[in-house]
Amino acid sequence: MSQILLRLSENPLAIVPWLILLLPLAGFTVLCLFGDAMKRDKEENGAGYIACATILGSFALAVFVVTRLFASAGVGPHGEGLRFFQPSLGRPDDALSTGLLWIDAGGFQIPFSLLLDPLSAVMILTITGVGSLIHIYSLGYMSHDPERVRYFSYLNLFSFFMLLLVLGGNLPLLFVGWEGVGLCSYLLIGFWFKKKSASDAGKKAFIVNRIGDAGLILGMALAWHAFGTLDLFELAEIAKNLPYEPVGQAGIATALCLLLFVGACGKSAQIPLHVWLPDAMEGPTPVSALIHAATMVTAGVYLVARLAPLYRLSEGAMLTVAWIGAATAVMAATVALVQTDIKKVLAYSTVSQLGYMFLACGIGAFGVGVFHLFTHAFFKALLFLGSGSVIHAMSGEQDMRKMGGLRSKIPWTFATFTIGTAAIAGVPFLAGLYSKDEILLNAVVRERLPLFAIGLFTAVLTAFYMSRALFMTFFGHFRGDHEAEHHVHESPWSMLFPLVALAIGCFVVGQIHIPEIVHFAVRSPDELHSQHPVWFTPVVIASALVGILGAFYFYIVYTAGPAKVAAAFKPLHRLFEEKWGFDLAYNAFASKVVVAGSTSVLWKVVDARMIDGLVNGSGALAASLGQSTRSLQRGFARAYALVTLGGAVALIGYLLWRP
Amino acid sequence: MTSNLLTLLVLAPVVGAIVVALVPRGNESAQKITALAVTSAIFLMSLLLVRDFQPTAAMQFVENHPWIPAYGISWKLGIDGLSLWLVILTTLLTPLCLLGSWDSIHERVKEFNVFMLLLEAGMLGVFCALDLFLFYIFWEAMLIPMYFLIGIWGHERRIYAAVKFFLYTMAGSVLMLVAFLVLYREAGVGSFEIAQLLTAPVSPSLQMWLFGAFALAFAIKVPMWPFHTWLPDAHVEAPTAGSVILAGVLLKMGGYGFLRLAIPLFPVAAVKFAPWIGLLAVIGIVYGALVSLVQPDMKKLVAYSSVSHLGFCMLGISALTTTGVVGSVYQMLNHGISTGALFFMVGMLYDRRHTRAIAEFGGIKNVMPWFAALFLVVCLSSIAVPGFNGFVGEFLILIGSWPANRTYVAIASLGVILAAAYILWMVQRVLYGEVTNPKNEALKDLSPRELAVLLPLVALSLWMGVASPSFTRTIEPSVAALLEQVRRGNGGSVLAETPAPAVTVARQ
Repeated sequence: MSQILLRLSENPLAIVPWLILLLPLAGFTVLCLFGDAMKRDKEENGAGYIACATILGSFALAVFVVTRLFASAGVGPHGEGLRFFQPSLGRPDDALSTGLLWIDAGGFQIPFSLLLDPLSAVMILTITGVGSLIHIYSLGYMSHDPERVRYFSYLNLFSFFMLLLVLGGNLPLLFVGWEGVGLCSYLLIGFWFKKKSASDAGKKAFIVNRIGDAGLILGMALAWHAFGTLDLFELAEIAKNLPYEPVGQAGIATALCLLLFVGACGKSAQIPLHVWLPDAMEGPTPVSALIHAATMVTAGVYLVARLAPLYRLSEGAMLTVAWIGAATAVMAATVALVQTDIKKVLAYSTVSQLGYMFLACGIGAFGVGVFHLFTHAFFKALLFLGSGSVIHAMSGEQDMRKMGGLRSKIPWTFATFTIGTAAIAGVPFLAGLYSKDEILLNAVVRERLPLFAIGLFTAVLTAFYMSRALFMTFFGHFRGDHEAEHHVHESPWSMLFPLVALAIGCFVVGQIHIPEIVHFAVRSPDELHSQHPVWFTPVVIASALVGILGAFYFYIVYTAGPAKVAAAFKPLHRLFEEKWGFDLAYNAFASKVVVAGSTSVLWKVVDARMIDGLVNGSGALAASLGQSTRSLQRGFARAYALVTLGGAVALIGYLLWRP
Repeated sequence: MTSNLLTLLVLAPVVGAIVVALVPRGNESAQKITALAVTSAIFLMSLLLVRDFQPTAAMQFVENHPWIPAYGISWKLGIDGLSLWLVILTTLLTPLCLLGSWDSIHERVKEFNVFMLLLEAGMLGVFCALDLFLFYIFWEAMLIPMYFLIGIWGHERRIYAAVKFFLYTMAGSVLMLVAFLVLYREAGVGSFEIAQLLTAPVSPSLQMWLFGAFALAFAIKVPMWPFHTWLPDAHVEAPTAGSVILAGVLLKMGGYGFLRLAIPLFPVAAVKFAPWIGLLAVIGIVYGALVSLVQPDMKKLVAYSSVSHLGFCMLGISALTTTGVVGSVYQMLNHGISTGALFFMVGMLYDRRHTRAIAEFGGIKNVMPWFAALFLVVCLSSIAVPGFNGFVGEFLILIGSWPANRTYVAIASLGVILAAAYILWMVQRVLYGEVTNPKNEALKDLSPRELAVLLPLVALSLWMGVASPSFTRTIEPSVAALLEQVRRGNGGSVLAETPAPAVTVARQ
């Protein structure tokens, strides 16, 4: 397999991926420079239009370049014709053909190189496609916010970094996008910076992500010194010639994969670094849809899939990925059962679904993991935007206990939210079933029955908690006060259009069989068209029905039930409510160990008493020498002169005495 | 013109100082304008160095005039890749400091400008001197104006801070002086010229002692843990200009001293000591970050963060690999820019509120949006977010130190995490939330003058973040030559050099 260098001088298409990338950056720059002028001239809506135009432009270009490069090559049944393109702006005579270097020191060279292959094609289409809809939605959602210029500039900057993350041709360039999206996530979570909880959540997200980033940095150092390259394509090629590492014989590949997986855990909110994502719901809801559901949080899955050939070499790393994914999936699903904030349900649901994707990767079905990433981007964005529409209708209320009966008041939101719920629950003909079905099928075919069992159990929970959210929000009687009820209104077209588009998407995207498309990119062995065991499909569909009917029973038929169940399983209920205690433990560690230790041991004792004690002791000597404390300028200068003079005398004496 | 450009650069501030001294005492704006004009002209002049610098290891713009021939002392100046950008950093920061202090220095304006100019002369001298004796003269001369900047224009505890600074530095200087003399005597080349001393290496056992003395002097300057406690006090008490110069330039002299003198002169000892220097460096990285986290005073927080950042620089130097050392030199520049800008911005808040306590602020973004935006950008550059200069430096250091000691690199990566914690916590407490303190309600946003100080630094930190090769390519040859010197001094390959990329993959 080879990489096709797409030189600008030979093929004008080479410029298109760069334009896709730079268009949102241009939007950001314009908004930064002229945002203040827009505000002064009350042209603030212009900011939204600029942001939408740039991301729509990127989407159009992405569709154009992908169809031209891939489709025109004629894709065969096994993905023939899908290639790896390296769009280069370099001159034909460049030795490395890479054009500009970003870093070049001591043989360590990192070029500005992009990689466009089926995997990154799927990613950029998702990012710009779903991203465009969310930008449009934001026009309506943020129309009353006085700071929407700032909002849209961040959104544009995010799009740039996210596109860089998936188009970057080497790990360091990917890392620029990686930390860049983290930065934008920080800015957007803390968008309403006056709220303490919002700025806390932003800070937490950034710091927790940095833990992952440190793993990624160490991984890059390891990879560079082991393989002499950080180019993503080359790393995947090198993996072909490396030996398989069973658990007992872990080597370079295992170490590298685990370090990179630390990064993936941070960005994609997996145990033990998942704690930031639920808090990230402090940000505006479209941000939750774009960053914390459809795109950024899937970056970890992308990274693992991108280096699939390396991961496949390490049994230990694969086991880790699969089991962390499975554990996260089920843990987050249990927490989602007891959430009352509609966005928190969706947040834990996202954590859980990301776990599902890692589970798929960990059992070797990387393409299927990407498939779930793809379908999830649609139905979860739909659910988040739908929840945003609900919150908009409720004048900012997010507590589902104060909602109810909204289905007749906001019918479009209700209809689309129902489709989203059905999709994630795994109802036939909708996107979620197809990808989830394949994950579970792969677990069965690859004989990983414990993982299959966890996955199936999580599927039941997923169907249950999402249906619960649907029923609590849209069914029964309105539980808020009269004024709130009076205010409930359907959202404007700019918000409904994306909802409808995504809802239609939920019917379509499941039919696009991503594993076949990214097949070559993840170098997957040919196990895609395995036979379904007879019992399989009924069981998977039944799991969804059990969850939905369970929720129907408890939240429509027997509404006193949940409280009774909670009382009956009190310790378990409390465990879920306390989110399995992660936050408690981490906060205690941060405040009781890090902050308290740094203050009372390092600063007040080591620095102030031990080191300074020594210095001040000798300082007393100097004070008596120069009486420097009495009159600063005279005394101090005198002390200085004295010592300098002493030095000079010694020097001259020495030179004279010198043999 | 360029044949004596360095002498011109070093002496121009002295001439400027004399001119400022001649301006009548009452005419403060004339003093300020003169000083600013002189330092700006010096900056423009120093750009000639960048224009004519060749990316080779050779000393360039060399001037050599006998001074005290009897003892082999000469006025020998020259720069290479190690010093070029430090010179530019100095000439850039000095006018910015003057501009930044325009309205904050009210008493003894004339003396302030004179001292700033003399300080610049001393700093440039240190970076250009190629004669050990001359180096020492400049080293000492530069400290005097710094003492006075802290001692006269400093804050409440300025005397304590100045004395502490004095004691620490003097301890180092005395050691260095003794080591100079022993080296001069033992090398027996009858010259203080560094190039000559390099040709006559001293015995390995003596190298240990001399390297130790040099290392201590420079470690204090860096400052490396546990010799750092003068820094927080000096920073907190110094006026803004003093802090900027201190962090931006003076701290770099420690690392520069290692690279220019201690390592090449005593290569055997350098290789022996390197792991220990690396150890102190990683302790400093984590320790500085942890203590920074809990500081209630903004300047102290930034000061301790410098201990952490400079730990990175020393880690890269101790690795003795090209990538690591180039990264260190680059990171020194980055730190000068981002921490310099941070001190400027803390100073701007101080000018408005006369306090540096984090608890006094909160919600500043509501009243000073431009300040808030730039403050965040500068903070991000400081904590090495990719796209900014700091990332390239730290990344090169971590990559370059990996072959020397992976454990150190792993520990240093904790510093990356903690940096986000201490900076973002400060950002949150200063910028975000509602304005709770009524004294902050009417704060004015950045003035055009303040923007003029900050924008060059912000632009530079972005430019250095995306176009690093245009800087590192001039640094690398000198670093490679230095490491070659170390290798020769040790009689072969003792260094953990980065392997050349060995893998090539077919491209169609």
